[in-house]
Amino acid sequence: MYFRQIFALAIKEFLALLRDKRSRFVIIGPPIVQLLVFGFAATYDLNDVPVAIYNEDRGGAARELVSRIEGSPNFQVVAYISHDSETAPLIDNRDVLLVLHIGQHFSADLLRDNSAQLQVILDGRNSNTAMIAMNYLRTILLDYNRYWQASQGEGASLVSLQTRTWYNENLQSRWFIVPGIVGLLTLVVTIMVTALSVAREREAGTFDQLLVTPLRPVEILIGKAIPGMVIGLLDATLIIVLMAIFFDIPLRGSLGALYLGLVLFLLSAVGIGLMISAIAVTQQQAVLGAFLFLVPAVILSGFSTPIANMPELVQWLTYIDPLRYFLVVVRGVTLEGDGYALLVHQYWPMAIIGVTSLAIAAWLFRSRMY
Amino acid sequence: MEDHPLRFTTVSKRFFSGSHQVQALDEVSFSIQPGRVTGLIGPDGAGKTTLMRLATALLQPDVGQIHVLGHDAVAKPLEIQSSVGYMPQRFGLYEDLSVQENLDLYADLQGMLLENRPARYAELMHMTGLAPFSKRLAGKLSGGMKQKLGLACVLVRSPRLLILDEPTVGVDPVSRRELWQIIYRQVQKESMSVLLSTAYLDEAERCHEVILLHEGKFLGQGRPDEFSRTLVGRTYQASAVGISPRRLQEKLNRFTGVIDALVEGETVRLVMETAQAPDPKTLLPELADVRILPIEPRFEDAFVARLKRSYDQGRSDLIMDLNISANEGDEVIRVNNLVRQFGDFIAVNRVSFSVRRGEIFGLLGANGAGKSTTFRMLCGLLPVTSGEVAVAGHDLRQAAANARRHIGYMAQKFSLYGHLSVAQNLRFFSSAYGLRGNRQKERLAWALKTFELTDYSGTNAGDLPLGYKQRLAFAAALMHEPEILFLDEPTSGIDPLMRREFWVRTNALAEAGVTVLVTTHFMEEANYCDRLVIMAEGEVLAEGTPQEMKARAHTIGQPYPTMEDAFIQLIEQRKAEREAA
Amino acid sequence: MKPAARMRLWGMIRKESLQILRDPSSISIAFIMPVVLLFLFGYGVSLDAKHIPIGIVIEQPDTATQSLAGAFESSEFFRPRHFDAIQSAQQALDKRQIDGIIWLRNNFSTRLLAGNEAPIGVIINGVDSNQANITQGYIQGTWLAWLEHYAASRGQPLLIPVSLEQRVWFNAALSSRLFLVPGLIAIIMTLIGSLLTAMVVAREWERGTMETLMVSPLHRGEILAGKLIPYFVLGMGGMLFSVALAVWQFDIPLRGSFWLLMLSSALFMLVALAIGLLISIVSKNQFVAGQVAIIVTFLPAFILSGFLFDINSMPDWIQFITLLVPARYFVAILQTLFLAGDVWPVVLANMGALCLMLLFFFFLVWRKFNKRLE
Repeated sequence: MYFRQIFALAIKEFLALLRDKRSRFVIIGPPIVQLLVFGFAATYDLNDVPVAIYNEDRGGAARELVSRIEGSPNFQVVAYISHDSETAPLIDNRDVLLVLHIGQHFSADLLRDNSAQLQVILDGRNSNTAMIAMNYLRTILLDYNRYWQASQGEGASLVSLQTRTWYNENLQSRWFIVPGIVGLLTLVVTIMVTALSVAREREAGTFDQLLVTPLRPVEILIGKAIPGMVIGLLDATLIIVLMAIFFDIPLRGSLGALYLGLVLFLLSAVGIGLMISAIAVTQQQAVLGAFLFLVPAVILSGFSTPIANMPELVQWLTYIDPLRYFLVVVRGVTLEGDGYALLVHQYWPMAIIGVTSLAIAAWLFRSRMY
Repeated sequence: MEDHPLRFTTVSKRFFSGSHQVQALDEVSFSIQPGRVTGLIGPDGAGKTTLMRLATALLQPDVGQIHVLGHDAVAKPLEIQSSVGYMPQRFGLYEDLSVQENLDLYADLQGMLLENRPARYAELMHMTGLAPFSKRLAGKLSGGMKQKLGLACVLVRSPRLLILDEPTVGVDPVSRRELWQIIYRQVQKESMSVLLSTAYLDEAERCHEVILLHEGKFLGQGRPDEFSRTLVGRTYQASAVGISPRRLQEKLNRFTGVIDALVEGETVRLVMETAQAPDPKTLLPELADVRILPIEPRFEDAFVARLKRSYDQGRSDLIMDLNISANEGDEVIRVNNLVRQFGDFIAVNRVSFSVRRGEIFGLLGANGAGKSTTFRMLCGLLPVTSGEVAVAGHDLRQAAANARRHIGYMAQKFSLYGHLSVAQNLRFFSSAYGLRGNRQKERLAWALKTFELTDYSGTNAGDLPLGYKQRLAFAAALMHEPEILFLDEPTSGIDPLMRREFWVRTNALAEAGVTVLVTTHFMEEANYCDRLVIMAEGEVLAEGTPQEMKARAHTIGQPYPTMEDAFIQLIEQRKAEREAA
Repeated sequence: MKPAARMRLWGMIRKESLQILRDPSSISIAFIMPVVLLFLFGYGVSLDAKHIPIGIVIEQPDTATQSLAGAFESSEFFRPRHFDAIQSAQQALDKRQIDGIIWLRNNFSTRLLAGNEAPIGVIINGVDSNQANITQGYIQGTWLAWLEHYAASRGQPLLIPVSLEQRVWFNAALSSRLFLVPGLIAIIMTLIGSLLTAMVVAREWERGTMETLMVSPLHRGEILAGKLIPYFVLGMGGMLFSVALAVWQFDIPLRGSFWLLMLSSALFMLVALAIGLLISIVSKNQFVAGQVAIIVTFLPAFILSGFLFDINSMPDWIQFITLLVPARYFVAILQTLFLAGDVWPVVLANMGALCLMLLFFFFLVWRKFNKRLE
């Protein structure tokens, strides 16, 4: 091995990337913008859900309930209606997500039987939003029930749930999504940098020039892998710092465990990027190839929806997705406070994917060099 | 109807690229004659393409007026565009459409009536010889056929003014002749007016009139012989016994009264500053048998005399301190029955030749003849299907990386890292070949000085002027002092002046003992080679010295055949053999 | 239209169509990509949890705890594992083997029988907050059902002061597929309209064919129309194909009118095409056009359109940005037309916004696209 030559090649790759305005932009610009926009936009938490209240009851119990909903930060009462026929247009037109109907006898029933019913009509067009809003409403009711029982001089219900959530105590979905973005953006940047590296040289004709030097294909491959690793590391570090600054995500675990995972993750990302690179003849094919890998890789990684919800067959597919493992590492270290021991089962699959993909890339490189 | 199909009146055009501006055209005024072929000649960057785009109303002039077929180009672009035929440098053929579909499209775009089409199509197909290929995709045609199809598309509804931007670039000599025949037929039959630009100076002589353009300025207009007539008495042919024409040229080039010295077969063509016959004794005192004879000037002489920049003629510092141990005359490259197939297509078919140390060896042929494929196999960039290749005793594909230290390679198009500076490029390539420390510094300084790149060392390679790009590529290939140099179409797409500069350097290398293998489709460049092979359709048609090649084409009608004549004769001979078989 | 103009336009359209038919990547973006995306989202992505692994810790087994554990075991939402001690369950939670713990302390039954308050400890891994919320809801539901059953078994009806009767309109089962699949059609049309168009028009610049078109007698309107019409047809083909897959493969109801769906899709297609044209005119290079199209159209259509994430809950400055994302309007129309029906105010308001965008982008295209090379 000519380490000096490989080093020279890696330096050349850096210069070529950083001196080109366009690729410099691709490395630095989109990650920052995307972190900020996605970090703020991609949330399942609902604020100010528009609701309408159809209150036919003049009683105090109903008033108390309404004021609790009005006071909730999750809901915003945008309409008070007085007739059943007003419900449909409000929901149909998406003016409100739900209508809460308090019947005429609500307070009376409650006082008489200690039991009354409420009706809620939900817009199910976005089922997830509907379900979350429903959960918010249930929480308010649970609270109300406890208050009611206490006010009636009864003890609380005999059996109660005392729920605690670990790791993400306030159940903010931002805490879930933002660390995921670290993995997502690192993957996108690393794949783009490496997948295009050979295709760009092929189009510029410099690849031939490189092949006639005494460098061997494997050495060229290593020279191209190093910049991908380093840029991935720097980009990930930048995003982690921004994450801490803008989104107050805690870092509870060992930083070393995070970076060990990051290095293994980058190894597999670089390997896959170089595989795409070895196959693609033009930059356009490389972009298309990267796109075709990235979309399923992100969707199947558990970035936004849990892997456990996927059908068995699709779950098998997720085992070859390195992002799947890294997301566990990054969330584990930031939120759950994991160290090395708890993440072993994430490390070794990434190492296997990395080594395998690099080996395949080297093989493709040799056979598709021409 | 006005007398002149195209008239420019004090036209200027500037472009802004980043912060600096480029004066593409500077107060250009001229007009062209109806029913004539007018050639637009000038080196790269002269403003030829800009002029043509202005004439087709694709650009607007900053200053001045342009009248095309009586219309003002600024006021009535659509009128002009529906009566002018324009073929840009990279003609817009749709490669995924067939020949017929391309023709249909242009007929539609020109609004040609359906009933007029069959007759015109038949005529064009006959003229271009494309009739058998009407169903073939345009992308699958050879370079020459593509150009002919492009011309046919432009001619679908015979325009009154035809504007062609370098229509013959990269086209083999046979196709070039055919293209010219088509153009002339249009001029004669339909009294079409033609404006065309070309990089081949011999083609200038085929034009009725020539417009000379340089750095955006109009230098003159006239018949080609009017230009060459100015040089009467200043052109000579020199020959000497006991010295190679290359060395003779090198010596003559250094002489101050000489504007241009060019190898032509066994002799050197001279263009002098004054109309005074050069004295062999003062020019070359150390040589005994020097003969200098006056010859007819041609257009190229006039072009060079007018435009040759102040080159640094002395190349004494290009001496390479190579340690070539073996004797000159050893066989360093041997190719035996080389075959390369791509699927069913045989790109290279049983090619054999050998190259001796210190030779300049040429691979001559049209685009698609298999030169580049052969070349890439020699460099180890492409696996061979069968046959043997040995370069300096190694098969470069199998050989250890070390074997590649002995070769230098310059690819067909500029292929260095455009976003790296000149110095960074040189440093990278020297490192890739294992140079370091003081040795690397020395070579870097050598390259910057020898190739006059010092002023540009911090400039991005991609921003260099074309001529400097080529110098840089050349320098990068020489950083590690290779014994064997592979040059793939080094002169394609660069203007005659730069080509001269390139050959001066290459000659110096050969004189220093480097073996040079070069491909070219410029027939006259074969004269620089010691030996060459002519290739067509993947096969070697002939091997030998340039003199031997030309001797074959010697007939009574053609006592002094050029390389191009020899080439065409070989092609036709092969065609005849095929038909006979 | 004059015959010559008609002939020119027809020539352009025929050429463009032939190119689409011969270029496998156009066809695959129009027809293969929808299949891949629809299947990935239709089958692969689901927000509906089932078989959530939970740990049940019973420190002192007896009939009451058995019946509570049984309630979790028989629920299709859970896959419970039993632990003897809370410590081992917590370790399993740390190792991500389970997502939650139900903890019945050793005095649970004693307190229950004595009529004292008997709390059940619940610990949930909150990393995926959305999933945690859903899990919490399921645990509450299972617990309430058990409570009712337990009270009934002891002869005393359970009295819950206020109970909720929920009616979910349009998607009674709250299946996430029903809203993901229609939204996906907007993404697919964005891909065809903007990404594909931006790249193919940029290709004409790169290959030099645009220069030839420009010197032909084509008017600029004819060049634009010649480009738009074939890709419009291709995009609508891809759209019909996706709708057919959605209705027949994924059983998504189409409650609104088909023709209204076609009309609004056509409108959105034109907006997407105009953006694609604009990107290619400005960038003139396939690589840049592809990158810009992904960043400016594809990603916003994904994140900022309301396809996955609720727009109302985003910060104000991001909500403002979403106003500029055409997919936002189309996603609203699609979800309404598929699940709710012809709700005119929603459809008309969003179509109006799309019309404004269409005018705006066509104006820009018209301004930027000259028959000149400058």
